[in-house]
Amino acid sequence: MARIIIPTPLRKFTSNQANFEAEGKTVSEAILALTTSYGNLKQHLVDDEGKLRSFVRVYLGDEDINVLQKEATPIEKDSIISIIPAIAGGIA
Amino acid sequence: MTAQQNFKQEGSAALLGALEELSHYVGNTPLYPITRLHNKPGVRIYAKLEWEQFGGSVKARPAFNIIWEAVKSGELTQEKRLLDASSGNTGIAYAVFAAAAGIKLTLCIPENASKERKHLLKALGAEVIYTSPFEGTDGAQAVAKELYRSNPELYYYADQYNNDANWKAHFNGTAQEIWAQTNGTVSHFIAGLGTTGTFTGTGRGLRALNKDIQLISLQPESPLHALEGWKHLETAVVPGIFDDQLADKHLFVSSDKAFETLRKAALLEGLTLSPSAAANLTGALALANELDKGVIVTVLADDHSKYTDIIEEYNARR
Repeated sequence: MARIIIPTPLRKFTSNQANFEAEGKTVSEAILALTTSYGNLKQHLVDDEGKLRSFVRVYLGDEDINVLQKEATPIEKDSIISIIPAIAGGIA
Repeated sequence: MTAQQNFKQEGSAALLGALEELSHYVGNTPLYPITRLHNKPGVRIYAKLEWEQFGGSVKARPAFNIIWEAVKSGELTQEKRLLDASSGNTGIAYAVFAAAAGIKLTLCIPENASKERKHLLKALGAEVIYTSPFEGTDGAQAVAKELYRSNPELYYYADQYNNDANWKAHFNGTAQEIWAQTNGTVSHFIAGLGTTGTFTGTGRGLRALNKDIQLISLQPESPLHALEGWKHLETAVVPGIFDDQLADKHLFVSSDKAFETLRKAALLEGLTLSPSAAANLTGALALANELDKGVIVTVLADDHSKYTDIIEEYNARR
């Protein structure tokens, strides 16, 4: 399963878990698995249509998914997906 | 007095002398009337143009006062390194004063700080330690604390989140300026929470001058936002200087609304704002809509120049 790394400010919504093992073939499916497991997280990550909200950056390995296939970017079983705040200071 | 003590005293006097010269470039910022984004009769909005200071942001005030108090007390000397965590603006303010006064500086900055901030800090000669982008300035603070613990003789740890010199800079400066510039007519002060120094110090200062003044704090509406320097308190480490009894009201601002204000402020007011400055103005405009009468004051922390990437990201999404 792919691993999603949760940034500190969102861990309040994941019972303090820093990592989430996600099933799925794309970034979008992995994020859906995450927000299905932790419902309170959904409003902070995706909009009503299920698309990533503004200013939420997602990386597959070291690559920003915006330079790949965005949410449709395919993932592998050993993929590492990182959710990173768009800015440095917002959480402190 | 030993030769070493004499040397230290002379060094301290030289530092204070250098800082005294620089103090003329801190504070006393213009108060700008917002008249085109808002024109409701009976309600006026004014904004402090805080980028018109040394270092280009509101953080000139706390950074200078923190350094000044530390040098005055003898905690920061020419032999020690000034150390702190910052998302950028305080770091840049420290760096300009440190460069001009000859103070050695070490900063812990989250790796996802904007490229302009990184370039500025490098140009100003600061030693920068990049910290995890997942943890923001909470993580940067932890790294700074550990550095200090491992070598307390080398560093003066400024700890802007827990240093009273932070909010007192606004108590003695920003609040007094607002009072004088509005001829004592200010009725509402509204500002976002980051280190909380601006809101706490200005709020306390204005309330000491008028106990009836209304203080409104602003926060981002979500933990993942684009308002550099702001805190979503529910999911962050709350600064020690935060006074949770001070605000009469709390409002929340979405990043998207702040960026919309950023765009309109440029077109209608000639103000090229940073996202957090635009968020303060967004809050002030929302408050103005609720009032029939009042004089609202907010602070515009800095201008757009350090936020190229995120402003381009917003424009690309529009």
